[in-house]
Amino acid sequence: MAKEKSNGNSFARINRVKPLTNVIFCIILTVFAVTSVYPMLLVLGVSVSSSEALTYNGFKVIPSEFNFDAYKNLFKSGSQLVDSYKVTIFVTVVSTVLGVMMMAMYAFVLANKRFAARKFYTFVPFFTMLFSGGLVPSYIINTNVLHLYNTVWILILSGLVSAFNIVVLRTFITGTIPEEMMDAAAIDGANDFTVFFRIVLPLAKAGLATIGLFVLVNKWNDWFAGMLYIDNPKLVPLQTMLSRIQKQIDFIKNNSSIASTPDGLVLLKSMPTEQTRMATLMLTTLPILFAYPFFQKYFIQGLTIGSVKG
Amino acid sequence: MSVAVEQKRKKSFGQRVIIHFKRYWRLHVLALPCLLYLLLFNYAPMFGLTLAFQDYKVSTGFLHSEWVGLKNFEFLFKTTDAWRITRNTVCYNAVFLVITPVLAVTLAIVFNEIYVKRYAKALQTMLIMPNFLSMTVVAIIVYGFLSQSNGILNQIMKATGGTVRNWYTYKPIWPFLLVIIYIWKNIGYSSIVYVASISGISQDYYEAAVLDGATKWQQAKYITIPHMRNIIVIMFIMNLGGLIRGDIGLFQQVTQDSGALYEYTDVIDTYVYRALRTLGNTGMSAATGFYQSVVGFILVIVANTIVRRVDPDSALF
Repeated sequence: MAKEKSNGNSFARINRVKPLTNVIFCIILTVFAVTSVYPMLLVLGVSVSSSEALTYNGFKVIPSEFNFDAYKNLFKSGSQLVDSYKVTIFVTVVSTVLGVMMMAMYAFVLANKRFAARKFYTFVPFFTMLFSGGLVPSYIINTNVLHLYNTVWILILSGLVSAFNIVVLRTFITGTIPEEMMDAAAIDGANDFTVFFRIVLPLAKAGLATIGLFVLVNKWNDWFAGMLYIDNPKLVPLQTMLSRIQKQIDFIKNNSSIASTPDGLVLLKSMPTEQTRMATLMLTTLPILFAYPFFQKYFIQGLTIGSVKG
Repeated sequence: MSVAVEQKRKKSFGQRVIIHFKRYWRLHVLALPCLLYLLLFNYAPMFGLTLAFQDYKVSTGFLHSEWVGLKNFEFLFKTTDAWRITRNTVCYNAVFLVITPVLAVTLAIVFNEIYVKRYAKALQTMLIMPNFLSMTVVAIIVYGFLSQSNGILNQIMKATGGTVRNWYTYKPIWPFLLVIIYIWKNIGYSSIVYVASISGISQDYYEAAVLDGATKWQQAKYITIPHMRNIIVIMFIMNLGGLIRGDIGLFQQVTQDSGALYEYTDVIDTYVYRALRTLGNTGMSAATGFYQSVVGFILVIVANTIVRRVDPDSALF
């Protein structure tokens, strides 16, 4: 056993790039990796800068003078932030549970080889990958037919079910749960519901986790549904709020004539500072940033399964 | 046997349906929520494409609005807008479509060659980070670099004696910027698929190759890349449908929807959005959407047909 292992290692040791190449590769990749992370550090740096530091030195990763007022103010007066947090957490949790459940049920049906209507059920989601109605008809159906404008349901329902996720789940179920097991359960008198809830759900946990994380990240980061369908400030999700803050600032800046009127001066004073904007960004993103190294594994798994031909 | 067949034949269609539902009704129930969802949110809008041929009024709704034939399309193609947004959408996506696999596959191979695997893993984790940021977050990060008063780019310009500008009204850099931002956000994630696919290649191939005296370069060229061909092609076809779809986040949020940049940043999706929300021109935005859906559909079908002719294994369907 030990010998085998050392053999494997020794092959990897023979068949590897030259030490110099290794160093060059490491340097290249390190540059890429640092480039990926640096902008986030910059945002963090700005969010804890004092105003003077920004005026004199501009944005810096390590500010010349620290000041945590932006965070203090956000927590003190930030009712919009709190509202948006509530909306986003509610939407994310409900969507994840609902979406995973619905797609798992559907995927189970597709995994059932003897089911005569399987072809039809496979085609329905598949065709949505090829063709879509697009933004305008969706918008009109959601607002004028389903009346979902300004409701929390549109935030949950938009993009909840995706054909890609269904395919990943179906591949996962057929790949990990042997058909014989389901057949045996059926012979023992289990009906399709029992098989699904007692056998498939427990055994497909890893697949469910993967899809759950896809949905979770998507929903947490979704700003578009909020921008399109939400007016009520009580229902604005975090990422949409972030985009609105940015737009407010731009609007005032680009209309200097407004800034010189009395009303404009009031607006200008109430305008969030650069630090506040960056602090808000940090607060909307931190949950995902802290969590993602832990669920990276599931993401990789999901992508790998999903790329198997459906 | 023959009796059984006879009996089966005797059963009418209606009877067979009843038997099917008696045996399988539970599966239909399980499929129902998703099916309803897809019908309401994916298929109903497809019928809504008829809007492109109507003069839509909220008061009269879908079914009773006046038919106007191709007038909405005329409106779109009469201006230079149609050409501009199509050019931008297709050019940017074509660049993304080519650069992404090339860079991602290269990165994956390089990752695989690093001596200390733990270091490679750590770098990978850092590289994937931007993928978990939403485009509104990316927009603000970009602002951190481009801000006229405090941004990093203008700091550099000041230090080196270059021109300090308002980059949000300066067109020439945006094609490059958008490509860089796209790569920055997506490349780590894209490379993961290929890293996984490399680890799935049997070591035996490499051992045999080493015995024959193959260099690392030759191994990559004759073993690694050919083994990844399937997955590269599948990813390519799947993304090809997006050739005509512009990411609103990238082209609208990141550019701060700056009108001065439209010539290089306006894509079909941002145009449709604007026509719908700002101008309130439902007919024209629907026509643009229709044009987009049809072209996207044709692209995927044609690509898949070609791939199936050349290499059936790599075809998507």
